[in-house]
Amino acid sequence: MFWQIDLAILTLVVVTAVGSLMVKDLLGAAILFGAYSFLMCLLWSIMGAVDVAFTEASVGAGVSSVFFVAAVFRTSRRTKD
Amino acid sequence: MKIIGLIITIITGAFLVYAAVDFPAWADPNSPASTYLSPYFIENSMKDTSVPNFVTSLLADYRGFDTMFETTVIFTAGLVCFILLRISGGKEPETRHYRHVLTGVTVTLKEGRKIPASEDFERIDDLWTPPDLIIKTGCRLMIPFIQLFALYVIAHGHSSPGGGFQGGVILGASIILLAISHDLRTALERMREKVVAILCPVGVAIYAGTGTLCLLLGLNFLDYSALASVLHVDPISARSHGILMVEIGVGIAVMTTMIWIYNNISSAGKYNQGL
Repeated sequence: MFWQIDLAILTLVVVTAVGSLMVKDLLGAAILFGAYSFLMCLLWSIMGAVDVAFTEASVGAGVSSVFFVAAVFRTSRRTKD
Repeated sequence: MKIIGLIITIITGAFLVYAAVDFPAWADPNSPASTYLSPYFIENSMKDTSVPNFVTSLLADYRGFDTMFETTVIFTAGLVCFILLRISGGKEPETRHYRHVLTGVTVTLKEGRKIPASEDFERIDDLWTPPDLIIKTGCRLMIPFIQLFALYVIAHGHSSPGGGFQGGVILGASIILLAISHDLRTALERMREKVVAILCPVGVAIYAGTGTLCLLLGLNFLDYSALASVLHVDPISARSHGILMVEIGVGIAVMTTMIWIYNNISSAGKYNQGL
């Protein structure tokens, strides 16, 4: 596999992971976490673990993002700290 | 407090990095897992279970006991959401909003009064907006294909990536899509609260029941070759069929748990209005 693609995805994984922790807007954090899950799914499929990538895409990037958005909608959108 | 948390996180991260150095390198052919464990499953999965995708045979057969308790964990997550949100806080609000379908007039009723179910009035949410025809029709067109794909993922998990867990999540996501594109009430009409609450333990029971059936037929718990006498096939195909039975149980449990969690979170346990 091209190491450049690997490196770019790994960098984006770190950026989205830190970003989802630092962002004050919780809806933005939920979306960034979904992006993080999707990038992890790409990494799994690069490594050849297709079953894990499938699970990560459906659970991590799909349903858990919906759960986070629903929880933000029912609580508050901004963090206190 | 923030500084203490940061220090703890950094120390834990440093330990994790320190421990990760001891791991064998990625795809190292001389690592313990690659020398005797993985080759056994890669070489014998087809001979033992007649399942081409050895990830599926590994998950549902060789370590079926683990997967059974993973399903139980999923079921417990749904149950906890139900207990925390629905039982402690789930009361219908006193104020209801109705909309006259023909004229579009909105009626608000207080102190728990209701309009009996009729064709003329439909109940609407507090934050009701006119339905978008494109979104509604688009999702209505997509949902059957999503469900068909989910069934394919469950049924075809033997020879391609996928299985009960992924297929169940996609099936649940199709109902969640209905709840998002229409409203929670429409989705609840299709998949009632009681149906969800009954199907969720039934899925886990199918898994455990398959194991118990093997036990009753005289072999170990979850040793599917015992099913050969019931299904009238040879023991190797019986293991393949046993995996399918178990995957169906996992699919039902995961699908209903996803719907259950979504219903409870999006309506804060009140089931009156979703997102």
